[in-house]
Amino acid sequence: MTDTPPLIDEAAPPKDAVPAAAFGIRGQTQFGDIRRRFFRNKLAVIGLTMVGLVFLLAVFAPLVAPDDPQAQNLSLTARPPSAAHWFGTDELGRDQLSRVIYGSRIAIVVGLASIVLALVLGVILGSIAGYRGGKADSVIMRTADAFFAFPLLIGAILIILVTGRGVVPVILSIGIFTWAVPARLLRSSILSVREAEYVEAARSLGASKWRIVTRHVLPNSLAPVLVYGMVSVGTAIVAETALSFLGVGVKPNVADWGNMISAGRAFFGFKDYLWEIPSLAVVFTVLGFVFVGDGLRDALDPRLR
Amino acid sequence: MTPAGPEPLVSVEDLRVEFHTDAGVVKAVDGVSWSISPGETLGIVGESGSGKSVSAMALMGLIQQPPGKVTGKILFRGRDLLVASEDELRSLRGRDVSMIFQDPLTALNPVYKVGHQVAEVIQAHEKIGRIPARKRAVDLLVEVGIPNARIRADEYPHQFSGGMRQRAMIAMALALDPALLLADEPTTALDVTVQAQIMSLLSKLQEERGTAIVLITHDLGVVAGHADRVLVMYAGKVAEAAGADALFHAPRHPYTLGLLTSLARLDRRRTERLRPIPGQPPSLIRVPPGCPFHPRCPFATDICSKEMPPLTGGAAHIAACHHQDRVAEARAAAIEV
Repeated sequence: MTDTPPLIDEAAPPKDAVPAAAFGIRGQTQFGDIRRRFFRNKLAVIGLTMVGLVFLLAVFAPLVAPDDPQAQNLSLTARPPSAAHWFGTDELGRDQLSRVIYGSRIAIVVGLASIVLALVLGVILGSIAGYRGGKADSVIMRTADAFFAFPLLIGAILIILVTGRGVVPVILSIGIFTWAVPARLLRSSILSVREAEYVEAARSLGASKWRIVTRHVLPNSLAPVLVYGMVSVGTAIVAETALSFLGVGVKPNVADWGNMISAGRAFFGFKDYLWEIPSLAVVFTVLGFVFVGDGLRDALDPRLR
Repeated sequence: MTPAGPEPLVSVEDLRVEFHTDAGVVKAVDGVSWSISPGETLGIVGESGSGKSVSAMALMGLIQQPPGKVTGKILFRGRDLLVASEDELRSLRGRDVSMIFQDPLTALNPVYKVGHQVAEVIQAHEKIGRIPARKRAVDLLVEVGIPNARIRADEYPHQFSGGMRQRAMIAMALALDPALLLADEPTTALDVTVQAQIMSLLSKLQEERGTAIVLITHDLGVVAGHADRVLVMYAGKVAEAAGADALFHAPRHPYTLGLLTSLARLDRRRTERLRPIPGQPPSLIRVPPGCPFHPRCPFATDICSKEMPPLTGGAAHIAACHHQDRVAEARAAAIEV
């Protein structure tokens, strides 16, 4: 790091040597420091590369995919990997590689959107519960317990029975059955942070309630929630795959990893690549998010270094 | 006690703070009165649980009610803070009254850089841009004696030493030039040489700015060097209050005397062992009847366990003890040795 100031005071330039304008650069944001710590972590970088690769495939699917994922070729069904079709073809003669690439779109969209939904719900409700306490706390946390106790898949199936299959219902149902965990995480860390002396100090220096919550309590309690969020994008992708596998996820013909595994199931034992390849795609993506989550946890805690 | 100056900055009248707990009512502060004039230093001395920190919290309006209950009067420039709205209190905190804490590591937010935290105090009270606020923050850090303040402003609290953190805390507390600074055990968590530096920094800043300081501590040495007047608290009550010299030379309360004789001194030959005060401070749920100090008091007689002695004495020196004369005699005898 060439731009880091010398660590030893005595070696630093005299007080007035640094122009005041130089402050904006490394000044107020702690973002730079977090980024630096994150990129020092090998596993985090590997994870980010994996996630980034999947993300790019999802965004540029039409450019990258060799074929239309829906184009059937009934004279060429369920063929093993070859030069023409790297990942083989499925039972309707569709190019597996293209379907895996297009499937990443569903995985990324559902994974991110459902977790964003869960985090928004969880952060709002968890911070009310943790900071306000009292009755609000009891009501919110008992509700969270109820959602927590209810199995995600069964809950999601119930919701999708009502709304019908599709991407949006899947996002909603995963989000709704996931918020309880971040809410609880945030509440418990708020409970400890709000008693911290620096919160008392902020109060004694005249900070408003809103400022105390947003500037002092949340930043110090959000780290576990963000880490959870990152890791659970992976979990959400698994849930989405499971729903599609069970036939209650996205629409049946959509190029989706869960749908592909479900279709490949019929060929279990003799054309295993049909379910193995999309399964590997799921594992690869989920691992990527887990690595990023772990790296984020280390990077967010300045006291670890 | 009566104010030393004509116009007290703050006067606390019959302050009572109670906490309702499952075990009973804790009377943390029980009918305490004091006042402080601009530029003055008032030392509040007492053991843990004597109510000294709680009084400060009450003054800042930081006692959660319930479970707490604060009654009495806290007049700041004639305005009663106990009836002020939360918004009024908030704009007062930091700007007119601010506070520094015992442990400066836990009092600084670990996720923000130090300079940023100082700037934030300014921004919380004034309409001021980020850059000028930051510049003032750096100036303040220079003023409290942080070397290379421009660079250190970009470091996190954990990169600061204990003394430097306390300096940063002081910079935050004094950022808006408050009229009153509550220093709650400001040097307890620091080692002795750093204590002296911090105390002389506080004195210097006080002189330059005319800040009144309420110095809350259990360390009589710190009070002796810096306070103009001293309030000794025991079990939530005022035991004795006097000018610092009078208190140290002619204490009238056995508790004060006990504190003084349990203190090791370098400037006097030690003729006998240090005498610690026997026993423990009472539980504030069950304060002994009569004078709360009587179970530990060598001067105690029958009346002490029956009747709470009133605060008596002249305007400059008051004490709550039935046997003030005997305490004074004992002190005189001790000094002659």
